[in-house]
Amino acid sequence: MQVSEYKPRIVAFCCNWCSYAGADLAGNNRLNYPAEVKIIRVPCSCRVNPSFVLRAFQRGADGVIICGCHPGDCHYTSGNYYTRRRMAMLFSMLEYLGIEKERTRVEWVSAAEGAKFAATMNDFVETVAALGENKRLEDLRCKR
Amino acid sequence: MPRIGVFVCWCGSNIAGTVDVSTVSEAVKNEQGVVFSTNYQYMCSQSGQDIIKNAIRKHNLTGIVVCSCSPRMHEATFRKTAAAAGLNPYMVEIANIREQCSWVHKDMLTGTQKAIVLTKAAIAKVNLNSPLTPGESPVTKRALVIGGGIAGIQTALDIADAGFPVDIVETKPTIGGKMAQLDKTFPTLDCAACILTPKMVDAAQNDKIRIYSYSEVEEVNGFVGNFDVKIRRKARYVKEELCTGCGLCTEKCPQKKVPNEFNMGMDNRRAIYIPFAQAVPKVATIDADYCTMLKTGKCGVCSKVCTAGAIDYKQKDEIITERYGAIVAATGFNPISMDKFDEYAYSQSKDVITSLEFERLTNAAGPTAGKLLRPSDGKHPHTVVFVQCVGSRCAAAEKGKEYCSKICCMYTAKHAMLIRDKYPDVEVYVFYIDVRTPGKNFDEFYRRAVEEYGVHYIKGMVGKVSPEGDVLKVQASDLIANKQLHIDADLVVLAAAIEPDKSARSLATMLTASMDTNDFFTEAHPKLRPVESPTAGVFLSGACQGPKDIPETVSQAGAAASKVIGLLAKDKLIGNPCIAHSDEMMCNGCSSCERVCPYGAITYVNKEFRMPDRTTLVRRVASVNEAVCQGCGACTVACPSGAMDLRGFTAQQIMSEVDAICK
Repeated sequence: MQVSEYKPRIVAFCCNWCSYAGADLAGNNRLNYPAEVKIIRVPCSCRVNPSFVLRAFQRGADGVIICGCHPGDCHYTSGNYYTRRRMAMLFSMLEYLGIEKERTRVEWVSAAEGAKFAATMNDFVETVAALGENKRLEDLRCKR
Repeated sequence: MPRIGVFVCWCGSNIAGTVDVSTVSEAVKNEQGVVFSTNYQYMCSQSGQDIIKNAIRKHNLTGIVVCSCSPRMHEATFRKTAAAAGLNPYMVEIANIREQCSWVHKDMLTGTQKAIVLTKAAIAKVNLNSPLTPGESPVTKRALVIGGGIAGIQTALDIADAGFPVDIVETKPTIGGKMAQLDKTFPTLDCAACILTPKMVDAAQNDKIRIYSYSEVEEVNGFVGNFDVKIRRKARYVKEELCTGCGLCTEKCPQKKVPNEFNMGMDNRRAIYIPFAQAVPKVATIDADYCTMLKTGKCGVCSKVCTAGAIDYKQKDEIITERYGAIVAATGFNPISMDKFDEYAYSQSKDVITSLEFERLTNAAGPTAGKLLRPSDGKHPHTVVFVQCVGSRCAAAEKGKEYCSKICCMYTAKHAMLIRDKYPDVEVYVFYIDVRTPGKNFDEFYRRAVEEYGVHYIKGMVGKVSPEGDVLKVQASDLIANKQLHIDADLVVLAAAIEPDKSARSLATMLTASMDTNDFFTEAHPKLRPVESPTAGVFLSGACQGPKDIPETVSQAGAAASKVIGLLAKDKLIGNPCIAHSDEMMCNGCSSCERVCPYGAITYVNKEFRMPDRTTLVRRVASVNEAVCQGCGACTVACPSGAMDLRGFTAQQIMSEVDAICK
């Protein structure tokens, strides 16, 4: 029972056109996923600056997920390709810093994929929960 | 100092059922900047909006947070409310506590806690909001309709009726689409050609409508109000303006063995052809894959017989560029391939056909001049079996489609009736899972097939069709009598599921319009905005949005046209003010932002800076074209000096949200 006491803190960046709408659809269809997931709306996944991800880990997030439109379907034609490359770079650097790669993820969720959104979040929260708290990058001065 | 008001909506029990709204409005009272906090049953109602307006005036609010449904739903509503009370509409933030909180969590404590966090994040963000003013852009008063079937034709006619010019791009040599191939139409049994061809002629003669037949959309740039579209006019090797459509060339062409796609390959046409007698434009087209002259340089018969001198073997594809204010996708549907349904022996016997092939077979202009004859031996069939739901409502996604194709029940009833009407000696069996007849006069039509025409409707699926000699052995189950049936059929007709045309996928990418998992275009709202794509300026007409029969297609086409007219009637469009902005003091002119901008919105200017020692320094700095920037934010991340930021989603705002969530 000890494991279930721990609730990871998850920050999800969702692009306005696909993934945020996908998350809304999950809601419309009443598909459950853990409340630990808190969504921040961005116009496009490429708006997510690597510094936002670092900030989240510094402030004590246990996992960060970035969701965008499927490759080729970006509302802004190519934004998600930038996301893919930028985050591949960032995540490998984070791994070098000791942030397990399971704590970071980029997923493509379309506006029609409410079920995929819920399933992705369930899986991600479970994965991060298994890793436990993120202590490596957390700035203790920011701790409550 | 910001003065922020927080308004928590109950949404009846939608939110209040899982979120303790009064706890939420209480819990955020002491957040930074918050001077007022309340909750109400329906914030979007007139009285709810009055609460917001009064609070803005009474407490001199500089920003508000509405905790309600998704911003995709009511952000615009609450922005208008704020504006009505004199607050800049971009000083509004929404905390999505319905779709992303109360509806996905079951217990009150979890829901309330999460709602508080989401509200705090929105408060943190609105503290950093600044008033924004949207720019304006002009509207090109011309529409583009992609697809020239009944959906595209009707949309174009309605737009032209309102006085706006409209272009139709059709990939085939003629407009008309699937409806031109049909024989009769349900539930009235009037002939498809008789009601379609006048519309085709209307479109051709309307001086507001230009038809680009045998053409394809190649590239789409720009955005609502001003789309720049490249259209490839494929070489038809016939000068459209000279060809009189006399058809002499199509009779004299020596290449006679070209499968006729208009008749579903059931007969042959020549290498130079006019798809059907009522084609619009009635112009011949040379099929380059089969033309001897184009392949070997030896023939030239068509050129010799053409008195108009219209044949031009040297014609090349032509690219034209046009600017449009609005685009309508009307790309239609196709029956799915029968490759994966070999249990019905489609590939083994010519006498197993699809319903669209049956339409040609029973059409007076078809390969058999409307006589019901078996494709294999030309004999008159005595027993015909119809199989419903071939690939529709199919759980195995790799084989068929999960959805109902909607039109098959009705057209099969029509086919069965047509057979029994012309040939009362033919026994007709229809195997179905369910008969679905929701539509005006639809059920009456189906009852007539059963009761008046004596069609045998049997609930159950066909398991196997095996050709044995002359006959097709049909094994099926009768679920109501609970027994196996063995029928010797002469003709089997498969109601193939329908799917979006293959061209829709690449078109969606060009338009940046979204699609569902079946490649049907997604509408902006499934109930309230059914003919608009989420991409501004892109509209949907006909079966490209979902399976539809003709009456539905025509009404949707009219609806799409009215939305286009509403857009084109405007002189100016209000833009999105949430766009990139460069801080000239920080910019070092490195061009990183320019390289990632998908719209070419960033240019560089030489700017004079006054230095502290009173000298002047000229530096190259980035400048964002506000009319072109769409606000994706790619540049903000590429900028190494942090000079580029996105209004409405500034780095500071997003970081403050991150902080609030991680607190």
